[in-house]
Amino acid sequence: MGKDLYMIPKSFEYCAPTNLKEALSLMAKLKEDAKILAGGHSLIPMMKLRVLSPRIIVDINKIKELSYIKVKGKNIHVGALTRHHEIESSDIINKYLPILSDAAKVIGDPQVRNMGTIGGSLAHADPAADYPPITLALNATIKAKSLRGERKIMASKFFLDIFTTTLKPTELLTEVIFPLPSGKSGGAFAKFERKAGDFATVSAAVQIALDERERVKSVGIGLGAAGPKPIKATKAERLMVKKKVDDNLIEKVAERAKEEAEPISDLRGSAEYKKEMIAVYVKRALKKALERAKAM
Amino acid sequence: MREGRDMLKVKSRKKLSEKVAPLQKCSIKVRVNEKDYEAIVEPRLLLVHFLRDVLGLTGTHIGCETSNCGACTVILNGKSVKSCTMFAVQANGSDILTIEGLAKNGKLDPIQEAFWEHHALQCGYCTPGMILSAYALLSRNKNPTEEEIRIGISGNLCRCTGYQNIVKAISSAAEKMRR
Repeated sequence: MGKDLYMIPKSFEYCAPTNLKEALSLMAKLKEDAKILAGGHSLIPMMKLRVLSPRIIVDINKIKELSYIKVKGKNIHVGALTRHHEIESSDIINKYLPILSDAAKVIGDPQVRNMGTIGGSLAHADPAADYPPITLALNATIKAKSLRGERKIMASKFFLDIFTTTLKPTELLTEVIFPLPSGKSGGAFAKFERKAGDFATVSAAVQIALDERERVKSVGIGLGAAGPKPIKATKAERLMVKKKVDDNLIEKVAERAKEEAEPISDLRGSAEYKKEMIAVYVKRALKKALERAKAM
Repeated sequence: MREGRDMLKVKSRKKLSEKVAPLQKCSIKVRVNEKDYEAIVEPRLLLVHFLRDVLGLTGTHIGCETSNCGACTVILNGKSVKSCTMFAVQANGSDILTIEGLAKNGKLDPIQEAFWEHHALQCGYCTPGMILSAYALLSRNKNPTEEEIRIGISGNLCRCTGYQNIVKAISSAAEKMRR
């Protein structure tokens, strides 16, 4: 291939801070001029396509303190720089949050999962991304830091619009906090994709907790690729509280979730088709979540 | 390479924007196929272009350039990555293995041998990436099932659709390497 045919990004200036404080100082100084580079699997293709031409890249890959998975009290803390591969192969995640490993396993392909990070995926806020609906289903909290301090944002308040979050240019997403499921609880993520490694045509995330009589104590339902931002199907959730789950209820919940979705027609399918698929995938995720909860 | 703290020394934002981009060059050190290299690169230089055009290692192919096809797969610090979706500066201080580094003393690696024996290539364009993905898989899973092999190479496209023989080759290489 001739060199003149290469896809190359516009020139930019590069810096690679080695600790969080340095990164936050840079961001405070550079503001909109800077873009954070984590796994780079959304940013770099966008730069090559010249959809995006940041003037300065702040590469956070050298900040080792941002990469961890740990249980602390009643929560699981996942560092922003934790790679999808680390999530899919983590014993802690597999044990407590199989819903998250369901997703990590189907993001892109092995090479993408070796680079891509949870913080990057959430901050990028692609409407078809896999983690965002899960953060809604689990009522996760997203932690952002800036030189001025730290902010904890409920996932339901974090996503504002397509590719838009509540993060300010001077803020860095540093951690995702998932409440540790307790008792009879389980979750599952179901993704409909045209081919292995594709973005979701639609996806559904369901986390459910049952009481001792197997009635629904709490439930979270998140929908992906179902609108400009991930959708929390709160009306569908409400149908389930304190009920015993049977096929009839699952049908009703799926239908209600479908009404809450507002997908658009694109190359992955028409809006009508996606709505039907949302009902199907909510059902699948719900059944799997239920199965896992009952096995606890 | 320009570290964060150097950037902080720049006083005003105006000054900073004047300094932006084409002026900046980064000095990087990488180890590729057990050989050390030092180079001065523009930050926007992609790793695959560095390997091919600066080091002359053209065994790493450029396919789709959009992180889909996996032809540019290399092993970076033990993990398979797509070298078209990474800047050369990011690889500073890394240990890289490309297809050129796989054969030792003129003897093919068992994976290369198995690709040959099982006719696991037709045009050969995807082969370097396919072999390195197989290498990454077999270095963490000595005895993969057929499904695991298929997942292992799911980031590599073969447009001659030679997947059957590729899967056979990887399975046979795994068997040979276990002996």
